[in-house]
Amino acid sequence: MKPFAYLTPPDPRAAVAAVAERPDAAFLGGGTNLVDHLRLGVTHPGLLVDVRSLTSDEITDAGGGLRVGAAVCNADLAADPRVRQRYPVLAQALLAGASGQLRTMATTGGNPLQRTRCVYFQDVSTPCNKREPGSGCSAIGGATRSHAIFGASEHCVATHPSDMAVALAALDAEVLVLGPDGERTIPFTDLHRLPGSTPERDTVLEHGELITAIDLPASTIAARSRYRKVRDRASYAFALVSVAACLDVEDGIVRDARIALGGVAHKPWRAYLAEEALRGAPATDDSFRAAADAELAQARPLEGIDGGNAFKIPLVRGALAGTLRDLAGEETRP
Amino acid sequence: MDTEQRAGNTAPAGSSDDGANVAEVTLRVDGTVHQVTVDTRTSLLDAMRQRLGVTSAKKGCDHGQCGACTVLVDGRRVLSCLALAVAYRDADVTTAAGLSGEELGEHPLHRAFEDHDAFQCGFCTPGQVCSAAGVLDELAQGRPSAVTADVAGEPALGDPGQLDREIAERMSGNLCRCGAYRGIRAAVAQVAAERGLDR
Repeated sequence: MKPFAYLTPPDPRAAVAAVAERPDAAFLGGGTNLVDHLRLGVTHPGLLVDVRSLTSDEITDAGGGLRVGAAVCNADLAADPRVRQRYPVLAQALLAGASGQLRTMATTGGNPLQRTRCVYFQDVSTPCNKREPGSGCSAIGGATRSHAIFGASEHCVATHPSDMAVALAALDAEVLVLGPDGERTIPFTDLHRLPGSTPERDTVLEHGELITAIDLPASTIAARSRYRKVRDRASYAFALVSVAACLDVEDGIVRDARIALGGVAHKPWRAYLAEEALRGAPATDDSFRAAADAELAQARPLEGIDGGNAFKIPLVRGALAGTLRDLAGEETRP
Repeated sequence: MDTEQRAGNTAPAGSSDDGANVAEVTLRVDGTVHQVTVDTRTSLLDAMRQRLGVTSAKKGCDHGQCGACTVLVDGRRVLSCLALAVAYRDADVTTAAGLSGEELGEHPLHRAFEDHDAFQCGFCTPGQVCSAAGVLDELAQGRPSAVTADVAGEPALGDPGQLDREIAERMSGNLCRCGAYRGIRAAVAQVAAERGLDR
């Protein structure tokens, strides 16, 4: 591991300034992904700026919604009664991710910024455009079982690993960011980007920009929401496919829906086409499968030496239809 | 993160804030306060094992995947291999060995692990015990898990099958290559019952 200096600035502005002025500086939150990457040699910053104690670790009521400080750990966010009642999809997504120990360490600001678990990205002996721009993509033509079916490019087919981020995309959350030039707010669905020709950039954040909080908007649809995660073992594994869904049904007709998919793209994949197909449709299994198919029409599965990832297409169809069926069943309960 | 830990996470004199790659840290482990100068790259696990002579927490994978290094920081379970010692200065760390002692007596989990043969080689056991201590606290607080039927409600621990599922899910971050999971689950369930959590 390359030596690095360590800094705990007095406040967020000083932390932003410290990182912004050094290209090789990085923020340290819970460290669950970054410390592993330091050890693997995936990244080698010369300065770590510890922000864990600088941002809020409180969840506050704000405008009918909730403001979650960036230092709130994943375990506490999942346990908050307001989150569990008003945004169950978020609590479920958090609890489906990682382990109890990791959820105690991982932060609200850090979780969405974790890097892909693509094995080639984490293996410094193989080419990877995300780790070493221009070196090539080892996944294309390699093992692609865990890779993207939506929005990939010839340069990168990696998926984003966060469960929390999938729920936040479905909930239309907003990200509060502090940068060298002041604050800005980014819709959560715009935080992550598709790989294109610059897969080294996971998000739209500029170097030195710090997530200070995440806002959950006031929402009536979010109270009836679910997260379903499909993975190789029942616990402590990343998603092959996951679904975050909110559904509003009245008199057997879908009034509105919010859907995001995990494990399928370089970013949490908001399923706008499925949502569009659902609005006004009868809340039946046929409609739910048709909505899934509307989204999946743009899927581009990958071949691979491990059999590829075309299996994700029926997996998305089944997981999405099943989640919507569960939610529609909830609706009919007294 | 509680306020005590946050307050303890501010830079003392002699940290690496001057740009150095070493830092002087105060680590409180199992009630003993240690002051050591560490390379900023040193994990809390390596600091304990190699600098403080505290070898209760074990190094399994060193990547946060096996749970052998689990310790309690301010009472909550964390992975000491993914914790930089410099970021946990002034923290209150408890290892499995520190759960029992002359003043504390034998911790119920220590006895329960013996009662149920909850280990074979024992390498993962200190991490299992610390994680179990965290699980029992989380159950006592009514926190849900991924197998709790209604995330808005509390886990139903009165049903032995559901209690077992809750324990298995919550302990999934601790691997046991000897496969002593059956005994581990029974040991945690025994202490949960002793504490009246199964009602």
